[in-house]
Amino acid sequence: MSRIAETMNALKQKRTKALVPFLTAGDPDLATTEALIHVLVESGADIIELGIPFSDPMADGPTIQLASERALAAGTTLKGVLELVARVRRRTNVPIVLMGYYNPVLCYGTTAFAADAAAAGVDGVLLVDLPPEEAQELQPHLRRNGLDLITLLAPTTPPERMRALAGAAEGYLYYVSMTGVTGSQQVNPAAIADAVRDIQAHCQVPVAVGFGITTPVDAKAVAGFADAVVVGSALVNIIAAAGRSPELLNEVRAFMTALSEGVRTAE
Amino acid sequence: MGTEDIRRQSMNVFRMKLLGAKVHGVTSGTATLKDAMNDALRHWVTHVRDTFYVIGTVAGPHPYPQMVRDFQSVIGREAREQMLEAVGCLPDAAVACVGGGSNAMGLFYPFVEDKAVRLIGVEASGLGIASGKHAASISAGSVGVLHGNKTYLLQDGDGQIQHAHSISAGLDYPGVGPEHAHLHDIGRAEYAAISDDEALAAFKMLTEMEGIIPALESSHAIAEVIKMAPQMNKDQIILVCLSGRGDKDMHTVAEAMGIEL
Repeated sequence: MSRIAETMNALKQKRTKALVPFLTAGDPDLATTEALIHVLVESGADIIELGIPFSDPMADGPTIQLASERALAAGTTLKGVLELVARVRRRTNVPIVLMGYYNPVLCYGTTAFAADAAAAGVDGVLLVDLPPEEAQELQPHLRRNGLDLITLLAPTTPPERMRALAGAAEGYLYYVSMTGVTGSQQVNPAAIADAVRDIQAHCQVPVAVGFGITTPVDAKAVAGFADAVVVGSALVNIIAAAGRSPELLNEVRAFMTALSEGVRTAE
Repeated sequence: MGTEDIRRQSMNVFRMKLLGAKVHGVTSGTATLKDAMNDALRHWVTHVRDTFYVIGTVAGPHPYPQMVRDFQSVIGREAREQMLEAVGCLPDAAVACVGGGSNAMGLFYPFVEDKAVRLIGVEASGLGIASGKHAASISAGSVGVLHGNKTYLLQDGDGQIQHAHSISAGLDYPGVGPEHAHLHDIGRAEYAAISDDEALAAFKMLTEMEGIIPALESSHAIAEVIKMAPQMNKDQIILVCLSGRGDKDMHTVAEAMGIEL
């Protein structure tokens, strides 16, 4: 069983939900990202979504655009991100999903990427600009190496497409809580609960909800119906504000602990 | 629109505003077409229920390249008809500048099945291919995925998109429409590259000799024609697309000539 499935099954038995923080690898540098991942795991992260920085992050709002710029300015490459995962993997079993855009993966080479990512200890891959219909040059290589290709669903996904994608989903399904880019507005949990339950009825894998979840209150509300709660821009904002200051790890720990408390106490 | 392009195309921006458009400046990245496309896509996904995305070039996700090609191909159909009427035969070559490639695709498409007609797209080599400051995606780029299409891109070894450079705003894009990539790969069209200086020289020559002031974009196609013509017979015919007027480029040309307006 994959690390993602193991983690989600264990949480299900404890009747609790997953907290999934997102951060951009290499923001402000890879050594800091490494330290941050361990802090995230210690303070309640169940799965880590690690952003591969890209020059043209079309699906991201200003917060993650700037994080990408800082990471690229620090010289971050996909190869460097995979080496980071390999270092992190020596100390933790937390599932790690690489999230980003297709071009760096295509440029790395789809065969080599799948093999190297699996060897480094990556568990899943989420590429926002690679629609399922175009995934055939990557997906077989990921499958052969035991990696999940995570699929996105949006509020505008038509029902028949939702059912088809939900039925074929691997790892978990990522439901985008709103029409928009990352970090743009606040989630409205009541407005999406029915849509998430509908997706859950059509798929075998957990449903994660992301976009617009910034506070422990949001996290608790969304964890009331979703199987996993993704928090990205709010965390990246803390990393941006603290930079390399010694307070960074403590601030992230405090924020994550509060989010985790919210998720664990969801009803 | 990228703020750099708003500056370079201030005449066109003023005209757009007179016609009632609201123009949003985009400051991210290089503040040119690529970044405007990123922000337009971001705006679109945010307001997708009441907003329609349109693009002026043959790039982006399907079906946009096809839609823009079909709309733009009016120019190719009319040129082909007029050529048969006025000269009684098809041209030996059709030449057009290529940034994203809309005017070239519009000119080429009705001639694709006329195998005897050479199709020549002209990219911008800016300050020279070797300088790295150019916009020649087919001539000097590699295959990648950006803005929802797989095509030739200017990118570094890690798949990060590189900055394009051209004196003409319309060619200043680090990719090219996917159908051009296809025509190049199957050998149906040829792609040349013209530098900023060569385009400026062609701009001046056409202005002085014909009294026609071409856009800096179109000046790249003219420059290629100036190179090609001496290699051909006098009775051979070149069809060139004058895709735009140079009025909008007066500031850029004056600046390049060291003249303050």
